[in-house]
Parts: sequence; structure tokens; C-alpha cells
Amino acid sequence: MIKTDVIIIGAGPVGLFAIHQLGIKGLKSEVIDNLDRAGGQCIELYPDKPIYDIPAIPECTGEELTDNLLKQIAPFKTNFHFNERVNEVKQDEGNWIVKTSKDKKFIAPNIMIAGGVGSFEPRKLNLKEAQKFEEKSIFYSVKNKEKFKDKYISIFGGGDSALDWALELSKTSKITLIHRRSEFRGAPHTLAEIKKLEKQGKIFIKTPCQLNTIEGESEIKSIEIKYENEKIEKIKTDIILSFFGLIMKLGPIAEWGLNMDKKTILVNANNFQTNKDGIFAIGDICSYPGKLKLILSGFHEAALASVECFKRARPNEKYRFEFTTSSKNIQQRLGLKKEDD
Amino acid sequence: MAKITFTDKSGVKRKVEVNNGLTVMEGAVRNNIPGIDADCGGSMACATCHVYVEEKWLNKISKAEDAEIDMIDMAYEPKKNSRLSCQIIIDEQLDGLEVTTPGKQN
Repeated sequence: MIKTDVIIIGAGPVGLFAIHQLGIKGLKSEVIDNLDRAGGQCIELYPDKPIYDIPAIPECTGEELTDNLLKQIAPFKTNFHFNERVNEVKQDEGNWIVKTSKDKKFIAPNIMIAGGVGSFEPRKLNLKEAQKFEEKSIFYSVKNKEKFKDKYISIFGGGDSALDWALELSKTSKITLIHRRSEFRGAPHTLAEIKKLEKQGKIFIKTPCQLNTIEGESEIKSIEIKYENEKIEKIKTDIILSFFGLIMKLGPIAEWGLNMDKKTILVNANNFQTNKDGIFAIGDICSYPGKLKLILSGFHEAALASVECFKRARPNEKYRFEFTTSSKNIQQRLGLKKEDD
Repeated sequence: MAKITFTDKSGVKRKVEVNNGLTVMEGAVRNNIPGIDADCGGSMACATCHVYVEEKWLNKISKAEDAEIDMIDMAYEPKKNSRLSCQIIIDEQLDGLEVTTPGKQN
């Protein structure tokens, strides 16, 4: 069991800034996120898109914003638990116990849910028969390349993941790349490389078409794809790789007994606490009258919620509001001043 | 103000009135139209407000930009008349617009 002051669920921009606001108050936090890195929607959905409404930063991309936040919280040496989803939240007297998908347990007086629209999961194929092949011969990511050697692989998608893996796996397998339209949106040089291999007969490209059926009992034997003009083509296939990006799923959050409005958690606008004392919701996932789904609003929510977290985590200490420009305590916590300065 | 009709996969029609300047997605969300998830809130990052626009209305709507078409690649069962409803802004011309929501958004 990992003991801390605040368990932060979600490592998006708002979760990251919460680490800062807690850290300067001397509170420790542990962060859990279902993705494999920090940044949330900023890094998964729009790493290259400029954002224009971060105060005092006229323009930055999702990736730059994430990198800067990580730099800002570096002094607090926070532990991140990636590729884990929080499945259970239980009360234990004045504390909360959180259990993740990897059976890791945490205990803290406070939980900050900065979960955006929920956890990111790969968008799955919609055919009914796809389910029984998932993780056996249908994959949404490539973790171990060895599995994909000397096979007939049908790859679906038109973006970078589809193109990159088509290129990489074509070295050891027969690749068919299938996309719903004739234009691909991956990096031009990758596409050029693939077109070259197509001419050499090493990769087959099928457009504009979509998956129609999957045939096979315990293993996939072949698939049928359907062209826009309704023509059907059969393709020998051992493995399907499908790259249709990520979707956001609220997941188990809905089962924690929190008051919700559709997919958002209701909070008060004083400290962003939910109907459960010690559970806070900040960023896109919370709602209150006038809520705006802006990163800057999430930062404000993180700052106010962190004050209440302090009061709950340090019931015997008095909370004192301090400025980073003048507080010796804060500057020590930021590693700027030694204790005996 | 424009009247918009949302037809779901089973054929149920829901007619709502939406102010000019709002998007079709916002009109759907404000009127609790089922079948429009709009997870990303209209930042063209999720393809969960996907609709099929009735043919006769297609040319009255400004063309989809590349980023929208890229996003539609990710949508559930995209078709030629697929659009993201967060990118269709209501004006007088769209009074009477008819769209169909897909079987699901994910």
C-alpha cells in the first residue's frame, strides 16, 4: 500500500499543475494514468496543434505545454503510475483507498480526479466476430514485434501508426494496408516509402474500402473488405492490426457514488469537492454553474482544491497562503533555497 | 434560428430549434439528443459527434477541412456524407437541416 497526501487520477495538464499546487504547500502526491506518458488529451489528441489561450503564453502546442508543466513540477519528484486505470475507490475512516488495474493500492486523505473525459482506450473494430480474436489475432498496438513475423497481416487505418507499422512489419511479413479513402494522412516520407514498396510488390494497398467480415474459427483465415462501389474482395490474413486512434471512456468513475451530470462530476465551486469529502474533481471532468472546459479553468480549480487538500492532510497545521515570489518555504520546496539559507 | 431534425438509426426523428451561430453538435447536446457524445467538446479531436448529412443539405454546408476528414477516418462507419456536427455552424440557410446519427459513436 502506497501512502500519500493526495492521489491524483489523470496526468493531463490539470493533473500536472495540481502536483505543483500541492507541492508548494508541502503535500506529496502520486499520479495514476491509463496512458503510457503524461499529457492527457494534449499529448494524445493534439500534440502539434497550437493552443492560444494559456495565460502569458501566446502560442504553444500540446506537447510544449506538457513539457513545460513537467519541468515546472520536476522539483517535487512525483511518482507516476502509467498504464494503470483506477478501478476501485473505497472509504477507510478518514482516508480513501484506491485500487488500480494492476492491483496496486494507494491510501490518502484526498483524491483529485483530473480525468478529462475518462481514460483513453484504443478504438476497437465494430464487427461482432472481432471480439473473439482480440489479443489473439486482432491487435490495436504492437508490443512485441516477434509475434508479427512471417505472417499475412492486414493493417487498417490511414494515419501515422498504420503507415509506420506497415513499413516496419513489411520487412518480415506480407502486408496489406487498407483504408476507407485513397488519401493517407501519415508523414509524406513514410507514405512515399510505402508507395515504393507497393510498386515492388512488397506491400498491397487497398482503398477506398472497409472491413466487411472476418472468417475463421479459432484463428483468422481470411477477411473480406468492401469497396465503396460495394465490390467485395477476400484477403488471406493471419493477423489484423487496427489503428483508429483512441477513444475516451469514463469507465469505473461512474461507480464511485459521486453525484454526476451525464459524463461529468458535480462539484462545488469553492474548493471543487464532490459530494464525498476528500474527493475532488478538477478540469474537464468537473461541472458547476458556469464551468468552462478550458485548461486555464482547470489550473484555477487545481489551486483552490489543493488548499482544501492541505486542510484535510494536515488537520493540526494552520494553512497559510503564501506567494512564490516571497515565501522561503515555497522556494525551499522548489529547490531554490537550502534550509539554512 | 433553424429547425434541425436528428434521425437515429432506428428511424426515430427528433426536431429541435437551434440558434444561429451555434454548431449542430451544441444544438444536439443542449437538447439532449441521444447518439451525439461530443467527448472533446468541439475541438475536432474525437469524432464522437459524427452525423450523416442528408444529401440535399451537403452543398449548403461549408466543405470539411482536412483535419475534419482525417478525424472522420476514426469515426464509426464513416460514409461519403459523414460530417462532424461540431463543425457545422447553424445559419438561416440551414433551417430544416436533416441529419442521421450513426449506430454508435465509438
